[in-house]
Amino acid sequence: MYEGAIQDLIDELGRLPGVGPKSAQRIAFHILSSDTTDVARLAAALRKVKESVRFCVTCYNVAEEEQCRICRDPRRGNEVLCVVEEPKDVVAIERTGEFRGRYHVLGGAINPLEGIGPDSLKIRELLIRLGNGDVRELILATDPNTEGEATATYLALMIKPMGIAVTRLASGLPVGGDLEYADEITLGRAFEGRRAV
Amino acid sequence: MAKTGHNGGVPRIPRQLYRDDGLVLRVQKLGESDRIITVLTRRHGRLRAVARGVRRTNSRFGARLEPFGHIDLQLSGDPKDHGGGLHMVSQVEAVELYGKRFLTDYPRYTAASAVAETAERLTPIEREPSLRMFQLTLGAIRALSAAEHAATLVLDAYLLRGMGIAGWAPALTECAVCGEPGPHRSFSIPAGGSVCVDCRPPGAAHPAPATLELMGALAKGDWKVADSSDPSLQRECSGLVAAHLQWHLERGLRSLPLVDRH
Ligand SMILES: [Zn+2]
Ligand SMILES: [Zn+2]
Repeated sequence: MYEGAIQDLIDELGRLPGVGPKSAQRIAFHILSSDTTDVARLAAALRKVKESVRFCVTCYNVAEEEQCRICRDPRRGNEVLCVVEEPKDVVAIERTGEFRGRYHVLGGAINPLEGIGPDSLKIRELLIRLGNGDVRELILATDPNTEGEATATYLALMIKPMGIAVTRLASGLPVGGDLEYADEITLGRAFEGRRAV
Repeated sequence: MAKTGHNGGVPRIPRQLYRDDGLVLRVQKLGESDRIITVLTRRHGRLRAVARGVRRTNSRFGARLEPFGHIDLQLSGDPKDHGGGLHMVSQVEAVELYGKRFLTDYPRYTAASAVAETAERLTPIEREPSLRMFQLTLGAIRALSAAEHAATLVLDAYLLRGMGIAGWAPALTECAVCGEPGPHRSFSIPAGGSVCVDCRPPGAAHPAPATLELMGALAKGDWKVADSSDPSLQRECSGLVAAHLQWHLERGLRSLPLVDRH
């Protein structure tokens, strides 16, 4: 245990995902020994992200305005909606250039061990959105791991009775991987080869 | 392999390789592409270990380190270290990846999650071997994947027997207070289960006698009785089992309210 400000910083860093106590300590002392201007830039970036970035009111992707860039784009179609776990998955799919529809970002996957059930995700919002009409196909692009598959199964169960075609990305994405790590070609193929569930 | 396990890491404490088989209870992301897995092992109790690079899509290990898999592991670390230092996964082979069978069955996925969280909570001390907990938990996950019995019955049987290993199984026939042989009509969670008329505290519940019989059947593994029981009894049984479990755990289970009971 250190005193005062440095311990406060270690505690705050230690609350970040993937940062253990040792890393938190290392980062804290790195910041302490850094240039004042570097630290000021980091502090400004942290403040700015909270002040200026928010979640799109339609799809829950990150946005700088009320709606994200993709929801505002009039050239994209409303008939196909792609469901992903995180905003970073939108970025990964956009990189493939294979998809011209719109997205819905759930904010995670169903994970009972972490206390995350359907009500913790933007599932009710998705159902309301689908109830409004235009969507004919829903692509489930959750991660190819246990939580992602279980979430896709749950969504398919809820949505198929609404008369909307539900598809899942083709296998070829390795089980246990994160969508964001799939290369563009693999992910692009997974899109093309999506199958009904 | 014995040599390569030491590459990259800084082995300040003496590390050694050891093998065990175990059931993956929980998987958490660590940093960019690593994972921390919580495994209930046969001989080394519950432990947490780091698997490097498994979230990259070219990893051979990723699919084997998913929740509810029975795996054969090679770990590096000090097996006698009780201080909570993280061990590293250096090799994994699949024995049976039960998690795959839950992917298309949401209710079973949620029940398996409740089994895994309970197993964690009933093994509070890392690396304290408990062969009975290991066998019971593996049996429950296997039974869930076999889909021969209703998922909630398998879960309740697991919870009752797990509480038995932990030493706080509810009394189901004799009186929990005075030991008077039953069956008795009242059930009190604070008193520890079924209670006789003389010992019955205020606020005791009066479940259907057949519900207590069902709980007894689940605790004993009498599936003939359990499988043919009425759904309303099963619901009452689940409620009592969950309440009894929550009473004994300091914090409630997060997964239990999320179990899909359809
Ligand atoms: Zn949007
Ligand atoms: Zn009594």
